[in-house]
Amino acid sequence: MALASTSRLSPITRRRLAVFRGNRRAWVSLWLFLALFAVSLAAELIANDKPLVMRYDGQWYAPLLVDYPETEFGGFLPTDTDYHDPFIREQIANDGWALWPPIPFSYQTLDMQMMRPSPAPPDSRHWLGTDDQGRDVLARVIYGFRLSVVFALVLTAGSLVLGVFVGGIQGYFGGKTDLIGQRLTEIWSGLPVLFLLIILASFVQPNFWWLLGIMLLFSWLGLVDVVRAEFLRARNLEYVRAAKAMGLPPRLIMWRHVLPNAMVATLTFVPFLFTGAITSLTALDFLGFGLPPGSPSLGELVAQGKNNLHAPWLGITAFVSLSLMLSLLVFIGEGLRDAFDPRHVQHGATTSPRSQTDA
Amino acid sequence: MPDASPLLRFDSLSVAFDGVTVLDRLSLTVHRGETLALVGESGSGKSVSALGAMELLPGNAQVTGGRWLGDTDLARLRPRDWQGLRGGQVGFVFQEPMTSLNPLHTVAKQIGETLRLHQGLSGRAARERSRELLVQVKLPRPDELLDAWPHQLSGGQRQRVMIAMAIANDPQLLIADEPTTALDVTVQQEILTLLAELRDRHGMGMLFITHDLNLVRRHADRVCVLHDGREQETGRVADVFRTPQSDYTRLLLDAEPSGGPSPVAADSVLLQARGLAVSYARPRRLLAKRPPAFEALCPLDLSLAPGETLGIVGESGSGKTTLAHALLRLTESRGEIELAGERLDNLSGKALRQRRRRIQVVFQDPYGSLSPRLPVSEIVSEGLRFHFPELDAEEVERRVFATLREVGLPQDCAARYPHEFSGGQRQRIAVARAIILEPELLVLDEPTSALDRTVQKQLVELLRELQRRRGISYLFISHDLAVVRAMAHRIIVLQEGRVVEQGECKTVLSSPSTTYTRSLVTAAGLVD
Repeated sequence: MALASTSRLSPITRRRLAVFRGNRRAWVSLWLFLALFAVSLAAELIANDKPLVMRYDGQWYAPLLVDYPETEFGGFLPTDTDYHDPFIREQIANDGWALWPPIPFSYQTLDMQMMRPSPAPPDSRHWLGTDDQGRDVLARVIYGFRLSVVFALVLTAGSLVLGVFVGGIQGYFGGKTDLIGQRLTEIWSGLPVLFLLIILASFVQPNFWWLLGIMLLFSWLGLVDVVRAEFLRARNLEYVRAAKAMGLPPRLIMWRHVLPNAMVATLTFVPFLFTGAITSLTALDFLGFGLPPGSPSLGELVAQGKNNLHAPWLGITAFVSLSLMLSLLVFIGEGLRDAFDPRHVQHGATTSPRSQTDA
Repeated sequence: MPDASPLLRFDSLSVAFDGVTVLDRLSLTVHRGETLALVGESGSGKSVSALGAMELLPGNAQVTGGRWLGDTDLARLRPRDWQGLRGGQVGFVFQEPMTSLNPLHTVAKQIGETLRLHQGLSGRAARERSRELLVQVKLPRPDELLDAWPHQLSGGQRQRVMIAMAIANDPQLLIADEPTTALDVTVQQEILTLLAELRDRHGMGMLFITHDLNLVRRHADRVCVLHDGREQETGRVADVFRTPQSDYTRLLLDAEPSGGPSPVAADSVLLQARGLAVSYARPRRLLAKRPPAFEALCPLDLSLAPGETLGIVGESGSGKTTLAHALLRLTESRGEIELAGERLDNLSGKALRQRRRRIQVVFQDPYGSLSPRLPVSEIVSEGLRFHFPELDAEEVERRVFATLREVGLPQDCAARYPHEFSGGQRQRIAVARAIILEPELLVLDEPTSALDRTVQKQLVELLRELQRRRGISYLFISHDLAVVRAMAHRIIVLQEGRVVEQGECKTVLSSPSTTYTRSLVTAAGLVD
């Protein structure tokens, strides 16, 4: 999508894109991460305890989208169908066919047909084994990856909006606005986030949105300083002065002249905000103050790995998936930072001067 | 008289960045006790040649050709030997005194460092020698200044400290790369006189890199003119200035802005300021009384007729720019400002923003005054779209093109971004941005000082032409008397926020009545 609009990008952006692409590690990491994220977005199609489509008794069914009662397939109770039930399987096999996803388990499916005690080591049925409640680890990793990334995305976007807004106002107007704003943010950042979350966990059952809200209250603070400094610097630049002398109102000057130039420093901060969000969600889940029980979460998997040292596939899976995700993000962040660094181009072209002149 | 064997010799020295040649086969010699000036406009390769010869360029530069310091072949030097050479046998003085000293170390420590590295002096001996050096560069109160931090010194004092560091190890060669460009004209003369004295006392050779022919004429023995990385001509200063051989040198010598503004017809008053003053509160020490406010601009009166140019002249810190900002209502000020009979000083918010169209501004730095992220058409049309929202896109575009043509830029540059333009072209864009709003008054804050002489002349001619055609009044701020003379009808000379002298431009510059103005005129070397 970025490539299609290259022609109307400003030359600076184009050069940055070129530098970013020139950094092979970052470029490959970006595509790998995007591919993983795209796959995880389609988690329901990859790991699910329902067939994607099936044909039974001459009729089409889409269990993925519609809940059918068991009576539909010759069962006795009008409850939602359990497609893993041997009786239902037999019925379908006799009277039609079903297309299953590659991993026939969802993140909370308890495998009732398993002959071995949980946690079970990897085999052909559960590629990464099961956890201590008999749930498929691979399915949980896929769903957990998606949850982490979506959480981090929303949190980062929210922090960006809040942080840029508050920092921009403080930096642009300066003086008393800045003084009061800075003191308020300092007091605010003094509140202990972790304790607040733990206390909150005893009042409400924290779900995705609760956690997001609470963490959003604090995560934007780190951005304020960066944005404020950029705005403070930019408000005395001559083109900002020229815009002021032209009679533009402050909101237009901030939006058109200051913000685009302040975004460079801000954007280099974003990947690290992103990894920070993933790490804190994982940590909270590990401690048991995060998402509600049963949610597919990498932190919970780490906790299981710790509690079941005799089942190393739990710990190893958690470690590998987390470190892979965070490494990719750090590589992307590094690439972005270098791409935004104006001095980097020159360094990139560095050849050994002495070997040429002295040879 | 310089002796026979040259101190520094370049033999077909070339420098290329990533294969692009920026200096093409330069050959020159510097003898002991002599100053060779390397002259050229920005981008002519004058700094690159000296830095390249001393291996001070970034890694993507390739230096080829012969270069000798005395009997040492610089091209065959190993990295270790370079460390002893730079700062030891070769001293450097750079342009920017504000950034070439480390702000975290005292003067004694910075001079002491080079003494320790090259002579192994330390402690008391280093301090004694540092003091001696400060005396040599004629800094007042050397004992006190040894323990001063860079921010406590003025630009000229810092440059003296830099010179003290450069001569600390008795170098044979001093490379001065635009050593006075950031300084006021009167200070420039002092620094260059000092350099010449030191050169004679220590028998050094000096490579003096500058763009200012005025300085070359007075302070160099021989001159080498560079243009686009090629040597144009080399010779004794007197010969080159009297009978320039190359076309380019002739163009450079001819580039001093000439002529004067066209006479003012109207006798009415456009802008009137009464008792205009700016002061900044100083911080209060704990438990102490607040010290009196700093008077950046003492109350002054000025008036300006339609189509007239008022020059504001003074050295840095004299309050020129403060005055401009006060008139533009960009800083808090006291006193009355009246534009065409309407008070501006008591307006605020939307009412003020609407009036702003009538006073526009062009700033000094052509690189900082255009937003790098907007194409030229957006930059130029921004004010138009805000002040005249009723105009449709076609009309805006038509006016942008017309204005760009008026300032002498091709129409197709509207879609390009500022970084594609040279300094002079950017300044034209800034002028276009200002005049498209059809202001009655244009404040020009040092619009030519970042430009090369030849470009300055073109811009001055453009501004005069615009004034003649549109009848705009200019408030022209500059430290460069040659440019002011070519632009202004009347001038005001400021010193430390006070009006020293004012009157008709010609009268003031030809027969200054105060010593301050006279020293400015002398330092500028105005010749008729």
